[in-house]
Amino acid sequence: MIPSLPRSGWMRVATAAYVVLFVAFLFLPLIVVSVFAFNDAPYPAPPWRGFTLDWFLGNVARGRTGLFADSDLMTSIGTSCIVATSVTLTSVGLGTVNAFLLERGDFRGKQTLSVLMLAPLVIPGVILGISILAFASRVAQFADDRFGWDWDFLRPGLPLVVLGQLSFIATVVTLTISARLRRFDTTLEEAALNLGASRAAVLRTILLPYLRPALLGSAAIAFLMSFEDFNTTLMLVGSDPPLTVMMYGRMREGATPVLNAVSLFLMLASAALALGVLRRRRA
Amino acid sequence: MLSRSRLSLALLLAPALLWLGALIVLPHVELAILSLRKMVGPRDYAFSLTQYATFFTEPLYWHVFVRTALMSLGATLLTLLLAFPIAWCIAKIARGRASSALFTLCLIPFWVSETVRTLGWMILLRQSGVLPALLVRLGVTTVPVEMLYHDATILVGLVYGSLLFMLIPLVSSLESLDNALIEAAYDLGAGGFATLRTIVIPHAAPGITAGCIVVFMLTIGNYLTPTLLGGKNSEWFTEQIYTQFITRFNWEQGAAFGFLLLGLSTTIVVVGLRVTGQRFGDVMRRT
Repeated sequence: MIPSLPRSGWMRVATAAYVVLFVAFLFLPLIVVSVFAFNDAPYPAPPWRGFTLDWFLGNVARGRTGLFADSDLMTSIGTSCIVATSVTLTSVGLGTVNAFLLERGDFRGKQTLSVLMLAPLVIPGVILGISILAFASRVAQFADDRFGWDWDFLRPGLPLVVLGQLSFIATVVTLTISARLRRFDTTLEEAALNLGASRAAVLRTILLPYLRPALLGSAAIAFLMSFEDFNTTLMLVGSDPPLTVMMYGRMREGATPVLNAVSLFLMLASAALALGVLRRRRA
Repeated sequence: MLSRSRLSLALLLAPALLWLGALIVLPHVELAILSLRKMVGPRDYAFSLTQYATFFTEPLYWHVFVRTALMSLGATLLTLLLAFPIAWCIAKIARGRASSALFTLCLIPFWVSETVRTLGWMILLRQSGVLPALLVRLGVTTVPVEMLYHDATILVGLVYGSLLFMLIPLVSSLESLDNALIEAAYDLGAGGFATLRTIVIPHAAPGITAGCIVVFMLTIGNYLTPTLLGGKNSEWFTEQIYTQFITRFNWEQGAAFGFLLLGLSTTIVVVGLRVTGQRFGDVMRRT
């Protein structure tokens, strides 16, 4: 069972075979998606008809709409970037404040609050979506009835998508930053204060540089989670769908390999982000 | 000085309260109100349990509900069975670089969006896809068979998407198991199965529970994988919620369905924790 105990030959072979099969199972869908991005055929299906870059570079003149000429897809990538950037900035800000609240604050009900902060992770994304949709609609109705204000941002659309994603991504970011802050050696802070540094100077020169890896790491996670979120987004989306919702719609209809092209682009982008995070962590 | 520290506490507390209040607590209160009312006239509502009664009297709804729960349970158990040997390899058999390389290799696919992974399975499994063509080539079937839109397809997709969330807690709980205990069991004559049952599983129980809870929650709340891989046959409960809320604009019914799903998901979490005597916070922090 473990290397220090004798294992029979077939046991070793079986273990190795299982690992190989498992990894193949994990990578099979990704490989298939990538390969068919280059197939010279109108549908992402076998047989292989030769290599082409049409699904990236094609345009109307060539009779095939490639990724870069597909304005709907390109717009939705832009939309996703806007949403993900907003979610990242707000959640990292919120998460940092929460981390200080949980690690440094001392108040009644702190235990309850910290458990409540975990709740968004156990509420299914679909339900977060519909509850925020319903509440936003109630608030908008109230603002209209009472004051005659037209709060358009509370109707399904990008602001609501950002709020919906923020509701659970904030938890992940809070956990990451709190974990780092918990390991902080407070004597450093006391030394700085003894040497006459102001609170603001301590925050700027000691605490924030110390938290930097957690801030950057959680920002990357927040961006990726937002970019890839589907469940919550689907319930709150208006007329300008982010990429995942756009892809979902096309996948239901049976789309051309342009979806494979955009998927390959997504894989490369998230691989770059992942490598960046891992690199920093090691440095 | 006291007022100053109070002020800074209030400033730290405000964003958290705004977030939890406006995005979590109040929306769920609104959802509860919606689910417990019915329209009696234009813009006029009264308290009613009709929405919940509809759920129990209409066989379609609770059939889909039970089906979703059972399939999620099946997917969770399958994920555990598939992930356990790999977690064992990572934590106990492979060493040093090989171990972390294998772990990283298992993490990579989950950096990629669920949409992309599902697209991959659709290309692999649909009638004109890769696997049916391969089966014909190998002579297993004479014509390409449709491998999408079956319950098994949904299970494959769900298990595939859940493996990571099972692997992480399993690996961390197995890594903390002292090898000397396994060696001692071996020296005392225990076979592989006896060691697994009396040493490994009791030690890894917190990790197993944490993994199962997270996987079950994610599976039962999933929308993308069942609808795309199951097509019209998916009959997934989140789909019913979407239909009521977005397609039919019947928010009252949709809210009631939402609460039923939330209730089921919460029950499983609470029961799972109770059975193994763990605290919620500890489990969430581990994953």
